Amino acid sequence: MCGNEALAEAAIIAGVDAYFGYPITPQNEISAYMSRRMPEEGRVFVQSESELAAINMVFGASATGKRAMTTSSSPGISLMQEGISYLAGAELPSVIVNVMRGGPGLGNIAPSQGDYFQATRGGGHGDYRTIVFGPSTVQELVDCMSLAFDLADQYRMSVVVLADGILGQMMEPIVFNKKPRRSLPPKDWALTGAKERPQNIVRSLWLPEGSLEKHNYKLQAKYEQIQKDEVLCEQYEVDDAEIVVIAYGVAARIVRSAVNKARKEGIKAGWIRPITLWPFPSEQIAKAADELRILLVVEMSLGQMIEDVKLAVAGKVPVVFYGRPGGGVPTVDQTLQRIKQFTIPTKRQEE
Amino acid sequence: MTRAPSDDSYEEIIIAGFGGQGILLAGRLLAQTAMKRGLEVTYMPSYGAEVRGGTANCMVIIADEPIASPVVDRPDSLIVMNKASLNKFASRLKAGGLLVMNSSLIDIEPQLDNTIEIIAVPADKIAVELGNQKAANMVALGAYLQKRGILSPDAAVACLAETIAKRYHKTLPVNTEALHRGAEFAKDSG
Amino acid sequence: MKTVFARTPTLKDCPTHYCPGCGHGIAHRLIAETIDELDIHGRTIGIAPVGCAVLAYNYLDVDMVEVAHGRAPAVATGMKRTNPDKIIFSYQGDGDLAAIGTGEIIHAAHRGEQITVIFINNAVFGMTGGQMAPTTMLGQVTATTQQGRDAINEGYPLQVSELLALLPGAIYVERCALSSPAQIRKAKKAIKHAFELQVSGAQGLSLVELLSSCPVYWRMTPVKAMEWIEKEMTKVFPLGQLKNVTCAP
Repeated sequence: MCGNEALAEAAIIAGVDAYFGYPITPQNEISAYMSRRMPEEGRVFVQSESELAAINMVFGASATGKRAMTTSSSPGISLMQEGISYLAGAELPSVIVNVMRGGPGLGNIAPSQGDYFQATRGGGHGDYRTIVFGPSTVQELVDCMSLAFDLADQYRMSVVVLADGILGQMMEPIVFNKKPRRSLPPKDWALTGAKERPQNIVRSLWLPEGSLEKHNYKLQAKYEQIQKDEVLCEQYEVDDAEIVVIAYGVAARIVRSAVNKARKEGIKAGWIRPITLWPFPSEQIAKAADELRILLVVEMSLGQMIEDVKLAVAGKVPVVFYGRPGGGVPTVDQTLQRIKQFTIPTKRQEE
Repeated sequence: MTRAPSDDSYEEIIIAGFGGQGILLAGRLLAQTAMKRGLEVTYMPSYGAEVRGGTANCMVIIADEPIASPVVDRPDSLIVMNKASLNKFASRLKAGGLLVMNSSLIDIEPQLDNTIEIIAVPADKIAVELGNQKAANMVALGAYLQKRGILSPDAAVACLAETIAKRYHKTLPVNTEALHRGAEFAKDSG
Repeated sequence: MKTVFARTPTLKDCPTHYCPGCGHGIAHRLIAETIDELDIHGRTIGIAPVGCAVLAYNYLDVDMVEVAHGRAPAVATGMKRTNPDKIIFSYQGDGDLAAIGTGEIIHAAHRGEQITVIFINNAVFGMTGGQMAPTTMLGQVTATTQQGRDAINEGYPLQVSELLALLPGAIYVERCALSSPAQIRKAKKAIKHAFELQVSGAQGLSLVELLSSCPVYWRMTPVKAMEWIEKEMTKVFPLGQLKNVTCAP
């Protein structure tokens, strides 16, 4: 079972009622798997005519209180941005998986992390956020699906799972854990028919003067709560490190190998791995910057997350970068070389 | 938490050839066999437009500890099924590594570091003898398993049925035989 | 005193924002009456478009959603597939359905989604200020065809209902006009039939196109607008059933 199929099964275990999607490489295993499994479970699968339609089918199912999801890859996610903005405005829960590929444009089908900005800044028009996960193993990809559905329902918003071609295609041993759902608020806003209750309206339109501003403040309060409560990140050997490498997703695995090698060579290196990309673990990274050390950001792009790292450390320590765009995957040796390049000069100075 | 990799516990393999040679199947069987043995494993296929013809490769890592990067830069072992793959990947082999090459389709003597062990197995020829040329991948894999000794060819045979799609299960006997013939070849070649 | 006419309960008791002589108010009432007559108020979900009817949820007292421009048939698909027992209808204008949402309506019909579509054709974009719609008549003056629509530059009026009627998944397509009491009675019958098909579980999409007036952007009096529908619009958009194949549920 590859990562794509594993996440699909995890979504089924998490209780997804409906899957809508349009084919695009490298995530086609998901819709193929869903087309077989969802009907087996008596749930809904529809291959849509476009990503635009797919996200709006998600909108429709979600508006009636059902758990709905879609998956795509970078160009398709761009097409969905209109719908994601409307979901945010209408405060509808949804889970969206982006198995990222190289861009811009049609780009290529190789693994990439070029959609970080799009995912963590909202992506579509208007003042909004989505919760974003950046899992780095197939197991984590599987585990974050149930959390994604819970968070979507709890906060009534979209949760984006940012994977990439490697994670989607690779296989490694996994265990499906059925986690208990969080205790979630009732969906009393859902469109289920106005029977013995007043009409429910789901909308993103706020015309009367001041009403949209008020709505935006309401969304903002929710986003602030999420930033307080839902940050996930992992760190390793940061305390004594003179260089801390920051990476997410598959890039973080490459970093892990490089840091292990660096430690074996006596270099005091550590890493921080954001698991939620929004909310971003700014506090954890700022804390690492309290000690004078260098932060190296490694990405499969020309530098997107690095902006959040720089915001977090506010100029306190140098932040350097190594990354490759367009489907280029940073290698362990190259990463190790950068770690050495940025640590050895400081050592010399001390000597 | 991940421990630092010690070289002896990490086996990084690249399997490469052209599309249709069963490269990905050989990789999946290797990964499945390792998983059944309780080892940590990652399997990463090349994907995309390479379904038929073109090049296909996959990267497998087998370890007794959690695997960090699933991407193989410098393999310990390389199985190549055609000349293009040999040319592409041979220079990436680690010193002291193992090269298993399909001598039926590779008529050149690779110029490599002399610490690298080479097994030239006529995989296609043996597979044709067995009555199914498509089993050449299993001949090469059998030779690799025998030579490397991390997993036994018999363990791979035991995983065939769960790795191969049910509609191809009529090929189980020939694949089993191919794994054995590859292993015997490696044994005989010392 | 005997009541001879009353507001139907599903139509809210409030003034609308529509211009004098606009057909939307009539269309809303016909839908509300249908919902009440079929007794499906408690299980109906309506979808409002982007366009003049974006606020339809203020006038129709059923559960309603407002969606992105043109995407109503996709939203309806998501709703109906996950809630087969609910009655789902979309209410879309000619910009929404025939321009930006062409892909969504064609594919919803093509898949035979069991939804009801009320398509308001007033040959112009109302909300944005009277620009040309795909259904604008040749020679018609709009904000973006100031010399009148010219086929060479802007193409011919798009007959979406005729297109949709070709698809096996569309089981009922009828075009009516909100231009006179007699035509409005026919429209009511068509709307009711479209909803009835969905209630009966018929396998496919039902659509009623309503030729509707926009006196403001047609630059006519309401009375003239009604005449223009019957005299001019029906030449390009002929009234009547384009399709009625009722499949057994």
